[in-house]
Amino acid sequence: MDLVANNLSYKPDDQYHLNEVSFNFREGNLYTILGRTLSGKTTLLKTIAGLLTPDSGEIEFDGKNFLKIPVWERNVAMVYQQFINYPHLNVFENIAFPLKQRKIDKSIIKEKVMDALKSVGLLGYENRKIQELSGGQQQRVSLARSLVKNAKILLLDEPLVNLDYKLREQLREEFKNLFSKGLADETILIYSTTDPRETMELNGEVIVLDEGKVLQVGPAKEIFENPNSLKVAEISNDPPMNIIEAKISDNQIRFEGVDVEAPQHLSKLTEDGLKIGLRSSDIELSENGHEFEVELAEISGSETLLHLKRGNTKIIVSIEEVLNFKIHDKVKINFKIDRAYAFHADGKLASSPFGDLNG
Amino acid sequence: MNKLYIFLKYFFIVVWTVFVVAPFLWALTTSFKDFQSVNGGVTYIPWVDFEPNLEGWKVLIKSPAKGGVDIIEPYFNSLFVTCTASLISIILGTLSAYALSRYTFKAGFVKNNDITFFFISQRIMPPIVLSIPFFLFLSSINLLDSLTGLIVVYIVLLMPIAVWIMVDFFNKVPREIDETALIDGCNPYQAFLKVVLPNSIPGLIVAGMFCIIFGWIDFFFAFILTFTEVQLLPVKIVALNSSVTPWWSLSASALVSVAPLIIVAFIVERYLSKGNLSGAIK
Repeated sequence: MDLVANNLSYKPDDQYHLNEVSFNFREGNLYTILGRTLSGKTTLLKTIAGLLTPDSGEIEFDGKNFLKIPVWERNVAMVYQQFINYPHLNVFENIAFPLKQRKIDKSIIKEKVMDALKSVGLLGYENRKIQELSGGQQQRVSLARSLVKNAKILLLDEPLVNLDYKLREQLREEFKNLFSKGLADETILIYSTTDPRETMELNGEVIVLDEGKVLQVGPAKEIFENPNSLKVAEISNDPPMNIIEAKISDNQIRFEGVDVEAPQHLSKLTEDGLKIGLRSSDIELSENGHEFEVELAEISGSETLLHLKRGNTKIIVSIEEVLNFKIHDKVKINFKIDRAYAFHADGKLASSPFGDLNG
Repeated sequence: MNKLYIFLKYFFIVVWTVFVVAPFLWALTTSFKDFQSVNGGVTYIPWVDFEPNLEGWKVLIKSPAKGGVDIIEPYFNSLFVTCTASLISIILGTLSAYALSRYTFKAGFVKNNDITFFFISQRIMPPIVLSIPFFLFLSSINLLDSLTGLIVVYIVLLMPIAVWIMVDFFNKVPREIDETALIDGCNPYQAFLKVVLPNSIPGLIVAGMFCIIFGWIDFFFAFILTFTEVQLLPVKIVALNSSVTPWWSLSASALVSVAPLIIVAFIVERYLSKGNLSGAIK
């Protein structure tokens, strides 16, 4: 049972929320929609759920025209980024709600709700009020409510974004377990996120969305290794990939008075307007490197993010330890240039360290 | 410092309580007085200051033939008109408020906010402006001097209050709750009845209370749109006044007429503090 969309467009105001989006989702797979905020992720999920009707395009599920079926008959489940539950019902009643709606026998409902509670680790909470739960527990309740339905399509709209760091890690781990437990055998799982790290960890098929347009589709590994354009490189890296305007001549990459020997995969590119992409983790501090000025230093967790500047070139370096820098300090850095990407002036990928573009 | 705070707190509570309760006590004692006691200077305590009697109360239930002003029928008329009009206003008002909050309407330059304002604008107009069209309207459909006519007019007056309060309330109920209900297999009507409405009880209570209060205390339209067949309580109470002001029966009728509102307030107060929308979205 495949979910197929053709040229979905949705333009409620002067901006496209969806722009000619097409996809082919197969049952038993996990799809991750990666995109920044306002890129159309939620719109796409709502369109699949049936809460929005696209201006043009088609969706088919199991060979049937999905757009003709109202939301309440579609058998989809959705977890929102906000923790949406029914505040007037307790935990048990919340999870039982979709089953009661289907008029299922009471004893079966009880059994299923208990199973769902168990799988999200909330056994013993069934009589609690929703308001008495923490954010993470509330999100588990809404996850349980969407699991209990055995929906053919499970939509998760940035389900972890409103949780604090520790809970996020924990729930993400549980998600992975749930997804791999065979739940996914008959289900199409669609997970939207802004977080590239989450995308890589979930390791499903990735759809990169920006301004309502699909930029690239492929397995997580491929998106990471061969982003097909500058935009994808920015979206699929956190912090975004550094983009340096440089010139390559005589086997040297030159910018802002810095000369770096070009690696083999870049040496043949001599065109104008070339942009070099380098991940923030592929730059290191080094005594005999090139001098840059510190514009900002932020410490996040056990990592230090250095915003550096030289002339008009700004780059971000992430260092796996906590270091203290002052603004305007001078630091010396070295580029792991053999991991650099090159993009044409129009933003298309020119060369990648992982070799063949189509590979 | 702390003691001073407690002292001041209770001091103001006592002052305020006296301020609120005194008029009622005053009306209560006055209702048991006769002509002499009312005009014979300030007196407070029955049996000590004056000899209480039930004349003021008896007048209210005696038929006019025996020199009384039977307020029982107007009382139930008022109850009936107020409750019916409030109920219909709440039902219609809640439905329109939900539509205004959730769906987008557009007719030329008229949009949702304009429609909401149109409802409220009905209350902005001074009643005197509305009285003539209402009078002509009711007379043309033969509903002058009837309970049905009054109910129709009161719905026009009360529904804006319900719409106004409920639009604001529904706007605060996250749309995602409706959407989740739809995804969980409710059609739009079930989503409204099973999910949105149960979470809107505090709003319904506030709206209901305002409707009941404004319906119950209205004198103007009850006075203009009825003559002899039907009378409402406020009109009847005013009619008590004659060449000699009967302070005793006026006090008694004032107490009787304010009683339902006090009862409503006590019942409603318990629900109002229970607002349970938190936890829908965190």
